Amino acid sequence: MNKIFLVIQREYLSRVKKKSFLIATLLTPLIFPAIMGVFVWIAMSEKENQSLRIIEVIDETDLFFMESSEQYAFTSSVDDPEEAKQMVQEGDRYGFLHIPKIDLANPQGIQFYGVENPSLSLMGYLESALKRKIEDQKLYQLGIDPKVLKEIRTDISIQSITLGEQGEEKVNDATVNYALGFISGILIYVFIFVYGNQIMQGVIEEKSSRIVEILVSSLKPFQLMMGKIVGIGAVGLTQFLIWVLLIGTLSTVVMGVLGMQMPQQQAMELANPEFAQATPDAGEVATILQVINGIDFVTLVFSFIIYFLGGYLLYGALFAAVGSAVDAPSDAQQFMFPITIPLIVAYMGLFVFVLQDPTSSASFWLSIIPLTSPIAMMGRISYGVPFWELALSMGLLVLGFLFTTWLAGKIYRIGILMHGTKPTYRILWKWIKASQ
Amino acid sequence: MLQITQLNKSYENHKALTDVSLSVPKGVIFGLLGPNGAGKTTLIRIINQIIEQDSGTVELDGKPLSPEDIKKIGYLPEERGLYKKMKVWDQLVYFARLKGLSQDEAKRQIKSWLEKLEIASWRDKKIEDLSKGMAQKIQFISTVVHRPSLLILDEPFSGFDPVNAEIIKNEILELKKNGTTVILSTHRMESVELLCDQIAMINRSRKILDGTIREVKSSFRPEVFQISLARIKRDLPMEWIANNQGDIWDFTLPLSGRMPNQLLNELMEFGEVMEFREQIPSMEEIFIHQVKSTSHE
Repeated sequence: MNKIFLVIQREYLSRVKKKSFLIATLLTPLIFPAIMGVFVWIAMSEKENQSLRIIEVIDETDLFFMESSEQYAFTSSVDDPEEAKQMVQEGDRYGFLHIPKIDLANPQGIQFYGVENPSLSLMGYLESALKRKIEDQKLYQLGIDPKVLKEIRTDISIQSITLGEQGEEKVNDATVNYALGFISGILIYVFIFVYGNQIMQGVIEEKSSRIVEILVSSLKPFQLMMGKIVGIGAVGLTQFLIWVLLIGTLSTVVMGVLGMQMPQQQAMELANPEFAQATPDAGEVATILQVINGIDFVTLVFSFIIYFLGGYLLYGALFAAVGSAVDAPSDAQQFMFPITIPLIVAYMGLFVFVLQDPTSSASFWLSIIPLTSPIAMMGRISYGVPFWELALSMGLLVLGFLFTTWLAGKIYRIGILMHGTKPTYRILWKWIKASQ
Repeated sequence: MLQITQLNKSYENHKALTDVSLSVPKGVIFGLLGPNGAGKTTLIRIINQIIEQDSGTVELDGKPLSPEDIKKIGYLPEERGLYKKMKVWDQLVYFARLKGLSQDEAKRQIKSWLEKLEIASWRDKKIEDLSKGMAQKIQFISTVVHRPSLLILDEPFSGFDPVNAEIIKNEILELKKNGTTVILSTHRMESVELLCDQIAMINRSRKILDGTIREVKSSFRPEVFQISLARIKRDLPMEWIANNQGDIWDFTLPLSGRMPNQLLNELMEFGEVMEFREQIPSMEEIFIHQVKSTSHE
């Protein structure tokens, strides 16, 4: 035990003392907001500088009147589609919308011409505008007065409230839940990859520089492997903690500068609903804060730590095994495949299934299977997960990392002493089966 | 000190050790000889508890090897290395503590070794800034810093220039004088003859020879004598194939069943015996001869 601690200490200090660690730790929290700031700034200045895009419309049905927006203006200056195309090609028009004579019941054949691919937002804008026009047209044909239609149309947003078992009401907001699941899932994904790679590099360093033979004459290979995994994990946690503190401090400062109220004060308002209702101006902020307040942060933070560590340990052992099997990082590629695939599946699954529908069966299985659960489950936590699912998932995760550690230990203790052989999966399998 | 009995170890498709038994007495330098792939590294790794034998026993000071014995053994592998980015001092402390020394004891020992080898000024240098020979010295310190009673050195002189090899050789001899038992695995036969008290030779997983240097050598006497005669009284027999330089005649003669004194008496009839010396093979010759003869079986 004492020896594992020595290894942990060395792995930890040798990394934390590096200048590159200090720089990465201090700059990352600054770089991310800076990059985002640059993007926002570019987007905003683009919007300001954007010249109005003129779109030529030929409407053979004479039913549609396209309303111009801030970005797009619609004109009908020519009747011949060829002429309109010409205008697009010469750059006089940004695009050309051709609405042929269509059957309202089955509107097919509407086309948009442009010299560049139209953006998703433009197509969406056109489609929804046309859809609404067709619907209006249909209602009109059914005898409903357009004026009445206008009056009927209402903007609405739904406040989602979930009922707890004891009937307590909790305000929900999909956006907040999405963001929390997104951020925590991605963090775990990045953490596993970055620090898993560090484990692998470290093992390869010890193996290729032949330090390992001296080390294993002093302690058991398993102790060495665990010491490395835990030590590097501690580096990651340190870095993460510093980030949390830095970002927390920075955002508090920024919010203070921007004259926003401090979260504590908001919380006090929330604790006193009458006061919050009395200030309707703060309604939107209050809702988000109400939502944030409604999230079970104890479960969220607790789960994050469990999945963060569990996922790291599970994959860390595999990274160590790969490092032990090869002589150089370039040889590691072939064995990286089975590690990367489940991680990428989990990552894709987070976006495709989990964040879209946290209760679907795909989401369920992704968040139960240990190889994907650290990333997938984090996407579900903020939406609320039944206790038994959480317990099952965490239990399997613990079993999972015990299993991968056991498996990796078997490969590791033979792999680190093997030089000059290029192992295959078949050889790895033999190492696993070998008693010594 | 170290008693190895009937040790067997096989890997997937070959046998690395077959019924190897060895006895290493306390306070000797024991040469472990054998060509590459003979099984030396496997034997050394078993003594270091890096791998486990299939059968047989290894006893240190009369007791089977246990994890506590790691502290008693110092091991310098043939393939060795240090953390390139780590400072000399930190590195030595780390290795010493892994062997079980306390922080204070480790520092004290390292300090005295650095001073002894006159390299105290390197303590804050990184290994990557040192020459290969310098790094080897650090490596040697890391092997002996915990005062092992059994020192296992695998090709200790490779990578050293002659000056530093001499320094290390003297350190090894001094350690021996202080009661350390040393197992020296090497191909360099001249260092075997200079340093070793006893040897064992391993080829193709089996021990093929062991004993003191003198024993081994005498068992390999070809019973041939180197002879010089002067002031020849009679013509020498043709089959002696003697060369002369002036009036000194040099030739070799096998005993051919005679006692040495008988041969000497015979020679005295022919002239004045200037030299009468038994040809003793060098360890190198024995080594090559033995490896060849056991490999062709």
